[in-house]
Amino acid sequence: MDVDAVPQEGNRTLGGHRRVMYARGKDGRMVIVPSRGGEVDETVTLQALERIRDMTEEARSRVLAGKTSPLEYWMYAQRLDLPQLSQVTGFWKWRIRRHFRPEKFAMLPVETLQRYAEVMGITVEQLRRLP
Amino acid sequence: MNVVNEKFQHRHAAHCESGVAASMLTHHGAAITEAMAFGLSSAMTFAYLPFIKFAGFPLIAYRMPPKAILKGIVKPFNMNFHFETFRDPEKGMRRLDELLVQGKVVGLQTSAFWLPYFPEDMRFHFNAHNLMVYGKEGDDYLISDPVAELPQRCPADALRRARFAKGLMAPKGLLYYPDSIGRTVVTEDAVRRAIKKTVRNMLGTVPIIGVRGIRMLASKVAKLNTADKLSLNYVGHIVRMQEEIGTGGAGFRFLYATFLQEAAALPGLAMLAEFAERLVVIGDGWREFALATVRMVKKRDELNPAKLADLLRALADQEEVFFRDLKKAVA
Repeated sequence: MDVDAVPQEGNRTLGGHRRVMYARGKDGRMVIVPSRGGEVDETVTLQALERIRDMTEEARSRVLAGKTSPLEYWMYAQRLDLPQLSQVTGFWKWRIRRHFRPEKFAMLPVETLQRYAEVMGITVEQLRRLP
Repeated sequence: MNVVNEKFQHRHAAHCESGVAASMLTHHGAAITEAMAFGLSSAMTFAYLPFIKFAGFPLIAYRMPPKAILKGIVKPFNMNFHFETFRDPEKGMRRLDELLVQGKVVGLQTSAFWLPYFPEDMRFHFNAHNLMVYGKEGDDYLISDPVAELPQRCPADALRRARFAKGLMAPKGLLYYPDSIGRTVVTEDAVRRAIKKTVRNMLGTVPIIGVRGIRMLASKVAKLNTADKLSLNYVGHIVRMQEEIGTGGAGFRFLYATFLQEAAALPGLAMLAEFAERLVVIGDGWREFALATVRMVKKRDELNPAKLADLLRALADQEEVFFRDLKKAVA
């Protein structure tokens, strides 16, 4: 890649930051070029974020339909999935799945809710309902 | 608490770990670039790891696992890192303050999710991010994060969360700094050794690593079902690992080419200059793969698994020839 081919059209997921690319200058030397990003990197980041958003919104509908607990909604909203939530809390996956059942979730002790809230960076009050 | 290491200079880098390694060594008198740190630690590779899921997709890595760079520069510079982890977050934060008062620049492993200066859309639960702390002002730590263009600040509470995040590759508050550096210049021998190791990785017999790994991924891509909506996410994920997670472009190929070019200036290694040029061409091939994939993700082209698989196989072929020749050149 030559220096003038380094993407600079902008990538909104970078929030105004620039990231380093390595490219070839006119004299053939490789140099560091700060890049504003471009379509390639923006597209794949937005695609990944969109998938998380889809799963979050699906979970929201299921919470409203009484089919799952707000825990599942918050899991996706905080960019986790079941294996990750299991890793960060230390709870087994089957146990977390049980906590997705609204009637089980309603009976959870505050300490368990606290553990979930802590790893997600939200309060227990937030965790108990949809935002 | 107010303490700043005035001599420390922040530098912008493509990748967090090679950036930290280069900055720390330079700060301690062994002035090297990010590319040199990356190459000398044999950090470039390819790995397709279907049993490690990342957001539901297999982990595809273009570099060696976390910590390989820090460990890899130990020998070439005849140096030692001092590593400490903590069970108690409060102790871990106190120890950081102590070291800052002693004037040390301290490396930390953190989660990316809890760092408030990260762009919102880049905050994922990734536990092997690396950064340096060079001071503290009031409650704010002064942070040199290589992937950020300028120095950053981070409140103590957020930094504590980032250092003690749980999960896969949990940092456990890891902090580190060089104890001693026995050599401050790069030797021909170190370059040859490092290149040989990369060649071994790329041409090895493990079917999911190196050139064979690229071919394995290609056959996986070839089998993608065009009717499944998630197939587009799968190919997009490959490009994300290649371009979006700070690699300097083309999954670290341009960074490694920069290393080869720089090493070519050392006595006895002039032949590496030609290899640098060849690797830039291969890197351009990876960029073309990314471009073709994104056209499909954007629905400008139809998803064509066979075409993408062919592009990957062609890259595997080119890298195989490249590393065979490189092996002969440094033998």
